[in-house]
Amino acid sequence: MDLERVDQIIDKHQGEASSLIQVLLDIQSENHWLPRDALERVGRKLNVPYTRIHHIATFYKAFSLVPKGRHEVHICMGTACHVRGAARVLDTVRDATGIKPGETDLDLKFSLETVNCLGCCALGPVMEINGTTHGNMTPGQTAEVLKQYE
Amino acid sequence: MNEMRLTIDGREVTATEGMTVLEAARSAGIFIPTLCYHEKLEPYGGCRLCMVEAETRGRTSLVAACVYPAVDGLLVRTRSEKLDRIRKTILELLLAHAPESPVLLDLAAEYGAEVNRFEHQASFCIHCGLCVRYCAEVKQKHAVGFVDRGIRKEICFIPEIAAKECPDCQACFPLCPTSYLQSVYVLTEALAFPASAEAGKA
Ligand code: SF4
Ligand code: FES
Repeated sequence: MDLERVDQIIDKHQGEASSLIQVLLDIQSENHWLPRDALERVGRKLNVPYTRIHHIATFYKAFSLVPKGRHEVHICMGTACHVRGAARVLDTVRDATGIKPGETDLDLKFSLETVNCLGCCALGPVMEINGTTHGNMTPGQTAEVLKQYE
Repeated sequence: MNEMRLTIDGREVTATEGMTVLEAARSAGIFIPTLCYHEKLEPYGGCRLCMVEAETRGRTSLVAACVYPAVDGLLVRTRSEKLDRIRKTILELLLAHAPESPVLLDLAAEYGAEVNRFEHQASFCIHCGLCVRYCAEVKQKHAVGFVDRGIRKEICFIPEIAAKECPDCQACFPLCPTSYLQSVYVLTEALAFPASAEAGKA
């Protein structure tokens, strides 16, 4: 990630140390992960020790210290989705992308995660991609939906 | 300065504003076991071994002496059947991480804690934070910090800072109640800056 862009994000938050998490979230959502040089830049500018930033960046699951794909796929494994066939949806995604939950493919196209409840059980099984909810998924539909992402 | 009177284990103790119960007790020579407390560091309240019974207006609560402020008229008990039981369990949980730590074994003997009560864990670290806090607060080098959380929480040296600061400092080593800190340091050194280690010995 361009360090100038990192600087802009820091400036947007007035360079306040108390905005650390907001700054990290902005970088994460734009860049999909937190590269080390960006974190060091944030630390220097906000005057926060790197150990502290590292602790925060590893504490919250929203942050990633390794590259993530352009499209973040979340498969709900909550009880309702589970009984409605979430496992089959997950298998389809695994077959189509070649990655397991927690992984990112080599082209940085998809990252796959399982989650425990997306809060829309009536739509189960649910797959969420980049924040867009795809409900009532069958394996066939799942494969079709994945094809729409470049 | 505001003088306050507390009763600790039946003894009258005077304390000044801003003191914690632990400091008040220590100033009167009353012993309360601690693990994460260090006089040069901000109170942390991490290990809970310093738990005491504090009574105000007839109500007793369990508080961590190292963070609980001394207040006038407070009645403190540093030992009771209940406290001993709590400390025993805390020690048994910590011993699951560091079954050979001399500090823990001494306390275990005192409170009758069993070393093997809980399944032993892979990491020796008991998360007292002494190393992390000493490096940050006293040395202000921030060479070692915590990463992750919950059962996966562990300490981690920042190799670049450690390579520069640690070879001549190592002031945190004797603080660690287990041998985890040193082992992580040695590992970091071996992986990240073996050359400077050689130079240091020469
Ligand atoms: S490594 Fe040692 S000093 Fe550091 S937090 Fe763990 S037990 Fe405490
Ligand atoms: S000494 Fe008080 S919680 Fe550790």
